[in-house]
Amino acid sequence: MATTTTPQDVEATVIENLVAFGADADAVSRDATLEAIDVDSLDLVELTQVIEETYDVDLDGADFKNIKTVGDVVDLVVARVQA
Amino acid sequence: MTLRDVVITGVGAVSPLGVGARTLHERWTAGNSGIRDGEAPCADFEPTDHMSAKQARRADRSTQLAIAAGNEALDDAGWADGLPYDAELIGCVLGTGIGGISTIENNHDQLRDEGAGSVSPLAIPLMMGNAGSAALSLQHGLRGPVFSVVSACAAGTHAIGTALRMIQHGEAEAMVTGAAEAPLTPLSRACFERMGAISPSGVSRPFDARRDGFVMGEGSGVVVLESGDAARARGARILGTVRGYGSTGDAHHITAPHAEGRGGARAMQVALRDAGVEAEHVDYINAHGTSTQLNDRAETRALKTVFGERAGQIPVSSTKSAIGHLLGAAGAVEAVATVLALRDRIAPPTIGWEEAEEGLDLDYVAGSARKLEMSNGRCPVALSNSFGFGGHNASLCLEAA
Repeated sequence: MATTTTPQDVEATVIENLVAFGADADAVSRDATLEAIDVDSLDLVELTQVIEETYDVDLDGADFKNIKTVGDVVDLVVARVQA
Repeated sequence: MTLRDVVITGVGAVSPLGVGARTLHERWTAGNSGIRDGEAPCADFEPTDHMSAKQARRADRSTQLAIAAGNEALDDAGWADGLPYDAELIGCVLGTGIGGISTIENNHDQLRDEGAGSVSPLAIPLMMGNAGSAALSLQHGLRGPVFSVVSACAAGTHAIGTALRMIQHGEAEAMVTGAAEAPLTPLSRACFERMGAISPSGVSRPFDARRDGFVMGEGSGVVVLESGDAARARGARILGTVRGYGSTGDAHHITAPHAEGRGGARAMQVALRDAGVEAEHVDYINAHGTSTQLNDRAETRALKTVFGERAGQIPVSSTKSAIGHLLGAAGAVEAVATVLALRDRIAPPTIGWEEAEEGLDLDYVAGSARKLEMSNGRCPVALSNSFGFGGHNASLCLEAA
């Protein structure tokens, strides 16, 4: 599955889930900071669960240490999927 | 030490009769029932009408009900534009019997079917019994004493009584208090059915000879309590006064009440003494009245112990005839209903009461609501009772403004 995953797929999955968690769909973009769209640590734990399930990768809390924007989350996941 | 007086400035409720405290009061008084097919759901309740999608997602149904009732109570108290006192002097005590049982059940299904990795990271903050008070504290920025109390079907009354004490003793200037319960789930149904507590006929008929168990319901009631001096100083509209509170333990049996209602009687006596109210000045009783064989008999005996000869002259009615038994939320929703009934000088009916049983011979307000005739312009006073599994008894003495 990972071999056919594109960065666009990952971005779509991340955004879809953040919106499902309650973030404002109009405000969620690659450049949006997690703080600005009110995504907190509990949202990231939920997102991690979905990502791990969808892409069969392992993420832990330390991976999110330097994450500031939605794009950072997407890039992190893409890097793991392609590793 | 003179204790401060404590007034009620706002009420909110989500009940099987609909959304809103006045809806509960008006529909019960009119003799409407929220019971359908042997249960009493809050069928009109749509969480996202009352909170953001994110907030709804982070709350068990019981907490969603509390948030909605809490919003209404704060608005009703005139707090919509901001807290009237230092946030550190406003707390929140909510009651619950079970906590987030639907969250527990759903996550257990996930665990069994999909494995530990699929259990929600939100499960704990949703299921914890203190989720309701935490949610109201977060939403409204309440930084005083914030916690929840758990005492089965007495929890709502214990919560309000505890909040009363905090204001009386100066620990808080105001408290947001009440209870919530959302127990209409497969496990909860099965458990109460197996213990024989649920009405097989699906009818809630408190104090009637044909009663055969309670009808389970869900909902939340929240009241805003304030120090009387502070409320008057800010020009608040005052709905009523919490005059007194009594709480006792049966030390008799884990589920059955003492046959003579010993602990329940003592809770009422303590509440009256605490209120400085003579038994002869009680105008209405909002009974626990569950529609179970044991409660309704024991509570009737307890009322006779407390009021003696006069017991038969006081209107006694049970909100559970209209909305079923809201378990931990019952006492809070019933306190809301009692305050509004007293304000209108009305004793709402025990809906469906028709057949007397030997010994169950009080005035259960059969048929329809009745006017409370007050002499000398006196404000009516009521007791609101709650008794829970575990032998927990609590009674509030409430007075209309």
